[in-house]
Amino acid sequence: MTTFTRNTTAVSRQDAKTPRKSESRKAFASAFLGVFAPLREARVFAFAVAMTLPLAVQAHKGWLAPSKTVLDVDQWITVDAGVSTEPFVRDHNPLRLDALTITAPDGSTVAPENAATGKLRSTFDLQLTQAGTYRIAVLNEGLMASWDEDGKPKRWRGSPASFASEVPAKAKGLKVSETRGRVETFATAGTPNDGALKPTGKGLELVPVSGIADLFVGEDATFRFLLDGKPAAHLDVDLIRDGTRYRNATGEQHLKTDAEGLIKLSWTAPGLYWISASVSDNKASLPQATERRASYTATVEVLSP
Amino acid sequence: MKSRHLFPLLTALGALPAQAAQLDVSVQIPQLDVAEYHRPYVAVWVEREDRSVAANLSVWYQIKRGGPAPAGADGKPQSGTKWLPELRQWWRRGGRDLKMPADGLSSATKPVGSHDASYGDKSPLAALPPGRYKLVVEAVREDGGRELVDLAFDWPASKATTLEAQGQSELGAVRVAVKP
Repeated sequence: MTTFTRNTTAVSRQDAKTPRKSESRKAFASAFLGVFAPLREARVFAFAVAMTLPLAVQAHKGWLAPSKTVLDVDQWITVDAGVSTEPFVRDHNPLRLDALTITAPDGSTVAPENAATGKLRSTFDLQLTQAGTYRIAVLNEGLMASWDEDGKPKRWRGSPASFASEVPAKAKGLKVSETRGRVETFATAGTPNDGALKPTGKGLELVPVSGIADLFVGEDATFRFLLDGKPAAHLDVDLIRDGTRYRNATGEQHLKTDAEGLIKLSWTAPGLYWISASVSDNKASLPQATERRASYTATVEVLSP
Repeated sequence: MKSRHLFPLLTALGALPAQAAQLDVSVQIPQLDVAEYHRPYVAVWVEREDRSVAANLSVWYQIKRGGPAPAGADGKPQSGTKWLPELRQWWRRGGRDLKMPADGLSSATKPVGSHDASYGDKSPLAALPPGRYKLVVEAVREDGGRELVDLAFDWPASKATTLEAQGQSELGAVRVAVKP
């Protein structure tokens, strides 16, 4: 049974104290996004964590910010990657680039240039040497475990390979969940194509129906969300336009896909848009996990007509 | 009596693309009081009602001095084509599919003033099926802004018609004269 939950859905453990809950939420979200690459740091946050994993947490938002998305062949773009409360605001943590994959229009994988991770954001350059649409994706996959050790809650985050050696198999109250978070953006040189846009059939994904390259104010765009390759019906989708720092309200839009997983977006103003959705269910693909959380975030650029 | 039968026949003929139909286009580049002036990039095209491109008429962009763009260090042209995507409607409507420079289409940027061109039976317009079209002029300037002006017209025209629109920033008067 699949349940779609909004990012802000309350955690299932109601008896936890509110401040502790929000602290653990933050830690979870940060770790989930791969911000704290060293495992030790993730463990620092293991205090004050409830035994039950919060099913839907996203105190911080991961994002990719491309300098441009509509270009000619051979032009360069630079992309920033970060994690922050408001999308595109560089004031919290970088989004690690360990799991960055850039797919060229012909489906091949290309490497970024000048990749660096700073205090507040990661960055890399990319020359669009092929005509068509590039997919730039940071895919974080892993396992999260929580258990009780001598009356103290323990948390662990890592790969399936290290699970057996690092997580006691018979721990009390052991709860294991699989996470799969995809943060994407797209850039097109010349005429768009869909060679890089084929869905993988795993986790939550977005497939453009009306195109991802030519988004203009005054024209509706239709996208389809897929969960494990199948339409993600009635999925909650959040939409935020950049520039939140320079206005009083975030202006977040809460939308929902229809029965076919389709969502129609009407752009009110030009800018970079952050589109995000997440799902929690019991369809974990790894044998160790009983739950999984799949999330998807895309950045698209909308121009004025 | 004979003329009575001739009249509908002539009318029917008139509905076909007229051989002599002509479109005169005038695009004014305004004088701007700015410290640093760069001539605008301008694209002129005719679009169908579904906004697809029926005919590209002209593209003015920076073609480096000395004719076609010289090759850069990587053997590829190093001209001002880099900024053509800034003509963003033209770019998405088909500009990106053209190879620049293009014969009979691209030329260097133009100075302040009115620039006239006529398109007759030897232009891409000759092959246009009759219908309602839009002339679109898009201009974008380095260190400046962008503006798009369009004018709807019927092709071919039943009678000589002149249409005019006034740009507000990057374009001055844009005029279209359709002649049957």
